Amino acid sequence: MKKHLNTLFVTTQGAWLAKEGETVAVKVGGKVRLQLPIHTLDGIVCFGQVSCSPFLMGFCAERDVCISFLTENGRFLARVQGPVSGNVLLRREQYRWADDPERSAAIARAVIIGKLVNSRKVLHRVVRDHPDKVDTVSVKQAMDRLKAILMHVRVGTSLDRLRGYEGEGAMIYFRVFDHLILNRKKEFFFEGRSRRPPLDRVNCLLSFFYTLLMHDVRSALECTGLDPAVGFLHRDRPGRPGLALDLMEEFRPYFADRLALSLVNLGQVKSKGFRKAETGAVLMDDDTRKAVLVAYQKRKQDVVTHPFLQKKMPIGLLFHTQALLLARHVRGDLDGYPVFCWQ
Amino acid sequence: MFVLVSYDVSTTDKAGRRRLRRVAKVCKNYGQRVQFSVFECLVDPAQWTVMRQQLVDEIDPETDSLRFYYLGSNWKRRVEHVGAKPGVDQEGLLLV
Repeated sequence: MKKHLNTLFVTTQGAWLAKEGETVAVKVGGKVRLQLPIHTLDGIVCFGQVSCSPFLMGFCAERDVCISFLTENGRFLARVQGPVSGNVLLRREQYRWADDPERSAAIARAVIIGKLVNSRKVLHRVVRDHPDKVDTVSVKQAMDRLKAILMHVRVGTSLDRLRGYEGEGAMIYFRVFDHLILNRKKEFFFEGRSRRPPLDRVNCLLSFFYTLLMHDVRSALECTGLDPAVGFLHRDRPGRPGLALDLMEEFRPYFADRLALSLVNLGQVKSKGFRKAETGAVLMDDDTRKAVLVAYQKRKQDVVTHPFLQKKMPIGLLFHTQALLLARHVRGDLDGYPVFCWQ
Repeated sequence: MFVLVSYDVSTTDKAGRRRLRRVAKVCKNYGQRVQFSVFECLVDPAQWTVMRQQLVDEIDPETDSLRFYYLGSNWKRRVEHVGAKPGVDQEGLLLV
């Protein structure tokens, strides 16, 4: 099984990444700041004004190391991909499935069930652990409604209706999301999901985590040979990684939302670490971004037991495992896609 | 697994200096330089076999020496650093 490796984040403006032998060298002002053998890396994420030599890009493509370019604030810009490789037969099967409404619906259903179950679990945990601090009644109501939607999703429905349920579920979940913030409510509040740009601090954190999560999920799909651009729940659109978005759904509440909440609730991010731009967008400063990245990487190393495989693994490997299970399903080795449900 | 590689290459003649450079190059490809001729390498067994052979082929056994310290996968509690040139934890957060 593929080992879960580290991701290199480059946030220093004006840095230059180059290939030296079999290593990645990060140079700032002509001086080598960090030099790492490529086999210790899984991905490279560059923030803002960071350049990369074409030879390094080629080398990374060859060694399955994904390079993503993000703006300083974490908006995704581009990704470097080498010559298309991987399993042609698997890809072709994936395209056939994506064209088949029934099969697409089956996978979409699994993905949505995963998302709803995990969302519900997030709410459940908060009610269980802090019954005195949260508005238990409204959170429990939301949990009941999510359960009702789950019942609808379970029976066979068309893709469009599934999308409707997914949207409704997300709306219910985000409506009570503000209750989950337990500390410093004046500074950290959540009025509703806003993106492009995020309008408050919590949305800013969520958007940032979703971008990082997408980088990871996408490279996991890439590694298994699936095409991250062709999704089942998310339809094709140029430049949109549909399948990566599909696979991300089950991890959003479990991984990104919970991480954002714990950063806020444990006081690991300060309200001063955010600033408001003229457009109304809320942005993080450098120190906050660093703290958030540290938390993200650390969280990925936490070990959990995979509910389907009954094996212990770091959270970072879950993305690869789920991608692999999806590939097995598409290939016909598994009867269904076992979505990751938090236990 | 974690291997500490240290070498001593005789640099009295030109060929020796060439060997030194080439040994350092191989080490750099697999690990992190922590002191002038000491490298810490985080490798899997297959990578280690290749790297070891490359190093052995590079040196002249009459004059040069290589020492490998196998620290296993639970190496973190076996390594302590004091003073300048702190190494980067290759499994920790990599942020520049």
